[in-house]
Amino acid sequence: MSIGTSGPGASATGASSLGTLSSGRSTSLRGFDVSAPLLEVTDLNVQFPSEDGLVHAVRGVDYTLRSGEVLGIVGESGSGKSVTSLAVMGLLPGNARVTGSVRYRGQELLGQTDRSMSRVRGKGVSMIFQDPMTSLDPVYRVGAQIEETLRTHDRSLSSQAAEARAAELLELVGIPNARERVRSFPHEFSGGMRQRVVIAIAMANQPDVIIADEPTTALDVTVQAQILEVLQTALEETGAAMVMITHDLGVVAGIADRVLVMYAGRPVEVGSVEDIYYEPRMPYTLGLLGSLPRLDASTRERLTPIVGSPPSLLSMPPGCPFAPRCPLHVPQCDEAEPPLLEVGPGHSAACIRTEQVERAHGHAAEVFSETAADTLLAGESLPADYTVGEGARDASSPGAPLADQPEPAATGPGAGSDTGSVVSDHRPTNGDRA
Amino acid sequence: MSAPTTDRADGPVRRGEPILSVRGLEKHFPIKGGGLIKRTVGAVRAVDGVDLDLYPGEVLGLVGESGCGKSTTGRAILNLQPATGGSVKFEGRELVGLSRKQMRPLRRDIALVFQDPYASLNPRLPVFDIVAEPLVIHGLTKDDAELRNRVRELVETVGLNPEHTNRYPAEFSGGQRQRIGIARALALQPKVLVLDEPVSALDVSIQAGVINLLEDLKNDLGLSYLFIAHDLSVVRHISDRVAVMYLGRIIEVAERDELFERPAHPYTQALLSAIPLPDPRRERARQRIIISGDVPSPANPPSGCRFRTRCQKFAHVLTDAQRQKCIDEDPQLADRGAGHLNACHYAEATRVI
Repeated sequence: MSIGTSGPGASATGASSLGTLSSGRSTSLRGFDVSAPLLEVTDLNVQFPSEDGLVHAVRGVDYTLRSGEVLGIVGESGSGKSVTSLAVMGLLPGNARVTGSVRYRGQELLGQTDRSMSRVRGKGVSMIFQDPMTSLDPVYRVGAQIEETLRTHDRSLSSQAAEARAAELLELVGIPNARERVRSFPHEFSGGMRQRVVIAIAMANQPDVIIADEPTTALDVTVQAQILEVLQTALEETGAAMVMITHDLGVVAGIADRVLVMYAGRPVEVGSVEDIYYEPRMPYTLGLLGSLPRLDASTRERLTPIVGSPPSLLSMPPGCPFAPRCPLHVPQCDEAEPPLLEVGPGHSAACIRTEQVERAHGHAAEVFSETAADTLLAGESLPADYTVGEGARDASSPGAPLADQPEPAATGPGAGSDTGSVVSDHRPTNGDRA
Repeated sequence: MSAPTTDRADGPVRRGEPILSVRGLEKHFPIKGGGLIKRTVGAVRAVDGVDLDLYPGEVLGLVGESGCGKSTTGRAILNLQPATGGSVKFEGRELVGLSRKQMRPLRRDIALVFQDPYASLNPRLPVFDIVAEPLVIHGLTKDDAELRNRVRELVETVGLNPEHTNRYPAEFSGGQRQRIGIARALALQPKVLVLDEPVSALDVSIQAGVINLLEDLKNDLGLSYLFIAHDLSVVRHISDRVAVMYLGRIIEVAERDELFERPAHPYTQALLSAIPLPDPRRERARQRIIISGDVPSPANPPSGCRFRTRCQKFAHVLTDAQRQKCIDEDPQLADRGAGHLNACHYAEATRVI
C-alpha cells in the first residue's frame, strides 16, 4: 500500500513548500552576546511558600541548550519540569522565590523587570503551552493575537503587513484557508488547530529558543502526530533550539537530541537520547522505561512498576530522593543526595550505584523485580486459560492453588503495603456467593 | 445501521458463549432547538450501531480517540445512560430497557471502574465506607464483623494497607485511589468489569502497578474485562482482543497481535502509526501515516464510510469509481480477506509498527 510512503507531513503541513518566511533572520536582540551559549540554566531553585511551609519545587537544575538542538525534559507530574520553564520565562507568580541563574546569550534573565523580559519573550525565547483551549484569548481573533506578537517586537510593521504575515504563519502551520481563518475566533477551531495557532505565535518572531511545555498532551494521538510534524516545521523554519517538556517517553524518543530526566525537582540523569533509552544509569530512568507498556512488543512481558510515590517537596529527607522507591537502595544512599556525575561522554547520572544499573543495559526487569508478595498474587500456578464458567468462582476461593506458596518474608499486612506492592495473605472469599 | 448481525466468524474459536453480547447498540443524544418550546432538531449519534462480544475470562480492549463514543458505549452497556436502540445481552439476558430496579440485581455481576480516581470517590467518606457501601446496599454481609473482614480482604487484594481504611480519599495518591475504586468494583464479586480509562489519569510508574494488579485480578478471580482506553500501548499490553472505534462505530476487531501486526482498516493503521515508540532508533526509522483534520461531528456524520473525510487511502490511492463506493455505501463490519473483521471496502492488512 502506498499510504505509508506518502511521507511525513504530506497532508498535515501542506504548506511546508511555502518556503522560508519572507523576512529571513533579522533577530539578534541588541545587548546579547551571539557567541555565548543560547540558554544556560545554573543551579536554578524555586520555592513556593504554602500553609505547610516552603515547597521546594525545583532544586538545583543545570542545563545548557546549544543552538539548533532539541532538549527533552521528562519527568512525572510534580517533578518540577514545568516550573523550571516558567522560571526561565519569568512567568512564575510573585510569591515564588527563584534563585540561581538563567542566561540567554550571556545575559542574566533572573531578576529582570517584566518590561525588559518582554523584549526577550517571544523574540529570544518563546513558549508553547500545554492547553490550547486556555492559552489563546477567547475574545480576540486569532489573527489579531499573532499580529500583536509581531508588532510588539517590530513597531514599524504596518497592520496590513502584520496581517499578511499572520496569514503566512497560519498557512505554515497547516491551517487551511489561512487568509480567511485569520479572522476566526479561537472557539471556531478544534484543539489541534488551536495548538497550531499557538505554534504560529511562538514562531512568529523567529525566536532562538522555543520552550514547548507538554504541547501535545491535551491532544488525541492522530492530532499529536500532526502537531509534532508542525513543530518540526517550526524548528526548520526558524532554526530555533527547543526545550521539549513532556511526560511521554515516546514523543521525546522521536524529537529530542538530548534528554534530561527530572525527579523530585532535580535532574537525575542527562544524556543523549540513545544513552537515556538504551544505557540508562539512574535507577529511576530504568524504572520509567520498564513501567511503559510497549506498542511494539509482541510478547506480553510483565511491567515493572516503581513502588511507592514521589516524595513530598515540603520536607525532603537527606539522601537520594529516589531511595525509598529504589530497588538498589543501600544505607549510603540515605547519607547525602548524590550529585550529578559524569558516567560517560555527555552522560551524567545522580546515583552512587550506576555500575549496577549499567549491567541491566536498559532492561528494567533485571533491577526492578516485583516483590515476593506480587508474585504470590500473580497466581502463576493458575492455568493460563482459566475460564469463568460455572466453577470459576469456587476455583479461586480461599485456599485453592495459592495456599501452599511461601509467605513473603518481609511484607506482612501493614508493612509498607501502601507502597503499591500487593500483599495478599488473605484471599478474597469468592466462594461465598455461589 | 442495518439489522445487527448475530452470527459471525470472530477469529479463532472462542470458549463457549459470550458472557456479554452487544448488537447494534445506539445512544443518540437529542439536540434541542432554541426558543420557548424545546423541540428536538437533531441527534448526536454518539454510539451508532456497535457490535461487541465479550467472552468469559477475556480482556476486550475498546480503543478510539476522544469523542468516538467508547465511554458512552461502556455506560450504555451498564445502563447508566440508557441505550436508545440495539441490544445488550448479559449471559443471555437482555439489559436494554430494564428499569433501574430491574437492573439492580445485575449490578452485582457487571461493575464499572471510572477514569478519574479524584472524582469517582466520595471525598467525605472514609475508605472503609466507600468499599463497604455496595456490600451494605446489596445486603451481602450478615453482621458488622463479616463486613469488616470482607472490606479488609478487598483492600488487601488491591494492595493497600487495611489499617488505612479509616482514612479519607484525599489522603491517598492517585494510584492508591484507583486501587480503592477497583476494590469497590470487586466488592460484589462481579463477573464482568467495565474499565473506563482506568489508568489514564496516572503517572507511568504508578500506572504499571495498577495494570499488573488488573492482570492479576483477572487471572485469579476469572474476571472478564471490557477495557476502554485511548492508549494503545496499554491496550496491547492487557487485551486479548481489541476493537477500534471511530465516530460511534466499531471499525475493526481482531485478536490482539493480529490487530497490532496486521491492521487492515486505514484508520487503525493511522492510529497505530501515530503513536510514538519509546525507542529512539525505531521511532526515527518509522514512516508515519498522518491523517489530516479532526473527527467530524457525530451529529452529522459523513455519508457512506465515516472515515472517508480523513482517509489517506480515499484521498490518494483510490480511483474515482472506488471513491464513489466509499461515499455511497456504508461499509459493514466483515472479514474482507484480512483474517479478521473490519469496516473498509478496500481493507488491506499492512504492518505499520
